[in-house]
Amino acid sequence: MASKLLKRTFHISTWSACPPRSARSLIAVAPSRFFSDSNSQPVPATAGSSPLPPGPPTTPNDAPSPSSVSRYGSKRKSESTHSSVKDPELAKFAAISDTWWDSEGPFKPLHLMNPTRLAFIRSTLCRHFGKDPYSVRPFEGLKIIDVGCGGGILSEPLARMGAAVTGIDAVDKNIKIARVHADLDPVTSNIEYSCMTAEKLVEEEREFDAVIALEVIEHVANPSEFCKSLSALTIAGGATVVSTINRSMRAYATAIVAAEYILHWLPKGTHQWSSFLTPEELVLIFNRASLSVKEMAGFVYNPLTGRWSLSDDISVNFIAFGTKDVQ
Amino acid sequence: MNRFVARRFVGSPFLSRVAWRSFCDVASAEKQKLSSDTDEYDVAIVGGGMVGLAVACSLASMPLTKHLSVAIIDSNPALLKGIIITKDDPPDPRVSTVTPATISIFKEIGAWKFVEQHRHAYFDKMQVWDYTGLGYTHYNARDVNKELLGCVVENKVLQSSLLSCIQVADFQKQIFSARLNSMNLNPCSSLSEKDITSTRYQGSFAELELSDGTCIRAKLVIGADGSKSNVRELAGFKTTGWAYAQNAIICTVEHTAENDCAWQRFLPSGPIALLPIGDNFSNIVWTMSPNESSERKDMTESDFINSVNHALNYGYGPHPKSISAGDGGLLSWLGKGVTSSGGEVFKVPPRVVKLASERMVFPLSLKHANTYISKRVALVGDAAHTVHPLAGQGVNLGFGDAYALSKVINEGIAVGSDIGQVSLLGRYEAQRKPANIAMIAILDGFQKAYSIDFGPLNILRATGFNVANYFSPLKQNIISYACGEQKLPHFM
Repeated sequence: MASKLLKRTFHISTWSACPPRSARSLIAVAPSRFFSDSNSQPVPATAGSSPLPPGPPTTPNDAPSPSSVSRYGSKRKSESTHSSVKDPELAKFAAISDTWWDSEGPFKPLHLMNPTRLAFIRSTLCRHFGKDPYSVRPFEGLKIIDVGCGGGILSEPLARMGAAVTGIDAVDKNIKIARVHADLDPVTSNIEYSCMTAEKLVEEEREFDAVIALEVIEHVANPSEFCKSLSALTIAGGATVVSTINRSMRAYATAIVAAEYILHWLPKGTHQWSSFLTPEELVLIFNRASLSVKEMAGFVYNPLTGRWSLSDDISVNFIAFGTKDVQ
Repeated sequence: MNRFVARRFVGSPFLSRVAWRSFCDVASAEKQKLSSDTDEYDVAIVGGGMVGLAVACSLASMPLTKHLSVAIIDSNPALLKGIIITKDDPPDPRVSTVTPATISIFKEIGAWKFVEQHRHAYFDKMQVWDYTGLGYTHYNARDVNKELLGCVVENKVLQSSLLSCIQVADFQKQIFSARLNSMNLNPCSSLSEKDITSTRYQGSFAELELSDGTCIRAKLVIGADGSKSNVRELAGFKTTGWAYAQNAIICTVEHTAENDCAWQRFLPSGPIALLPIGDNFSNIVWTMSPNESSERKDMTESDFINSVNHALNYGYGPHPKSISAGDGGLLSWLGKGVTSSGGEVFKVPPRVVKLASERMVFPLSLKHANTYISKRVALVGDAAHTVHPLAGQGVNLGFGDAYALSKVINEGIAVGSDIGQVSLLGRYEAQRKPANIAMIAILDGFQKAYSIDFGPLNILRATGFNVANYFSPLKQNIISYACGEQKLPHFM
């Protein structure tokens, strides 16, 4: 296993490189785990999990009744408007959001990774929606949702690229941080942030031209149901982008052994290898959700330059672009 | 030009008061002013010299950055009036030896065609020798399969070409004829004490206060304000550097015929360089001790010309003995390494007959900013690194900075980055700092090697010349590096 680490180009999972995003998306998706589990038990996936380092403590997955879903949903109030946040709270979160957005701080790996993910999103969405790639705001006229937006690190660039962005995250604190930071810049201040789950938005029958969920799907109990929710949020002919970690030996070596046990970038047990999806499985569950995968790419981290780049190598981190079939 | 002036002074009574105060053009008045009573720009370039204008020019030339609104802050009134150069103007004593790398940047940003309309001198030959008469090297562009080694252009030509280039570009720019007084990079930092709504949006801007009272805000402040950079000072960046106990005399001289070669001779007190600048003119950069420099600055014109001719000919020592091809002596074993110009005979530079400008004296110093960037600030050119004019490399490094920074910003806009964010600007620093430090180290090494007049070292140095003259790979490396190619010489 260790020899895998000695490979010239060292693959680190997106997830492992960005603890904050992972941490928040883990919690972010927790509610959806409850919702989507109502019909099916969480699948413990492959039996090969025994030699692996222990996974995160499993939450008791008692399927909540549909009523608890709506009750939960109604308790959540939308934080999407600036005015609803108290000013002393704003000042407090402004201080925190400074750290979140400090590119030399603990979130540095995430900041380094972000341009690469956005380059993929830019090129696939421009092609799909026939937008001018030489435009400063190519996403003008597109409604995009960032599922599991965290502090808004993906949402803000999308807004600068002209999209009407909705960012949702189940963690109230993340949404507050995202709100305060977005309000610093007039260009990003019109992002709609909401403490919310994808399932809840489906109930509200909201639809978007593009639905983006990066590093989220490996933390949901039922990826298949989660994809169906993403699909339901996507307009017919729209696009869905999902990124995650492959269930490969290399991913095990880098995302779990290296990132959690050697480099201590992440708390031990952050990732459960068995819950990772292979690209083939993702294509399959996309298909079941009426989404066709049109493009897929890998992310490769080069420790010498500290830069990520897009590659054909999907053995660790990969991103998939799918379009929703027009019925 | 006319269009530019017209654009700038179209008054509009219904503009906001600040816009009126800063003679804003219509385009920027149309800009949204969401929460402010000051003008907002994407980029503020402090310093409208060669490097500052090169930044503006390269921003204007790239597909995404050309949509940015840019403020250029410089108190030089010529930027507003336009720099008009006529053919009969005496040559500017301040010249730059632009490398092929810089020429290709200028071509790409569309400024080279303006340079070509003025006086400039390409050169493809260079002779370097030593006063001891022990060695010389003749560089030729052919050795590296290039057409030229560089081009000597007056600084005012470079500046006016870049200005013309910006003026014809379809680009939202505004020139402020003022100096930078103060800079607030983090207007949002004291959020808790202030009313939050009033500071809304301010976190993404740096606030600049200019000497004429104007306040502007910009997402990115580019410090192109030279070696005594105010931006560097206000941003609190530390520098490392030292002064050499040497001055350089710079002036323009005239010959009876056109000079087509760059000449450099190492004298006991420092090197003298004679660079062709077109027509019958050449430029002199002569390094010497401060005492000598004040003496030579004050002597009569004819005395000065005599001392220049003396320094470029038999002064201080004999001519090196020309070694004809095939007579390589000890070095003949190099065989295939002998370059085409290796056998070229030593030549004496053309005589200087007249002084064509005043004599200017500059102290030599070296200064390097420890950091080039922070949130919403980036330094370019001499603000980031000041090198002495020994090899005429200073401004080439600056042009390299300008182009690299624009490219990084262009890439950032493509992926929706905030153009002032550290993670983006850090890529610029990571690209340029190693390149600049390497050049500084080489120049400093040269300085030290040639400022010592000590017998054995002189012989070593001269042997170095001879080896360099005959050993093609080494010579090609030296030339390539001097031409501005990124690759380091192998011997480093």
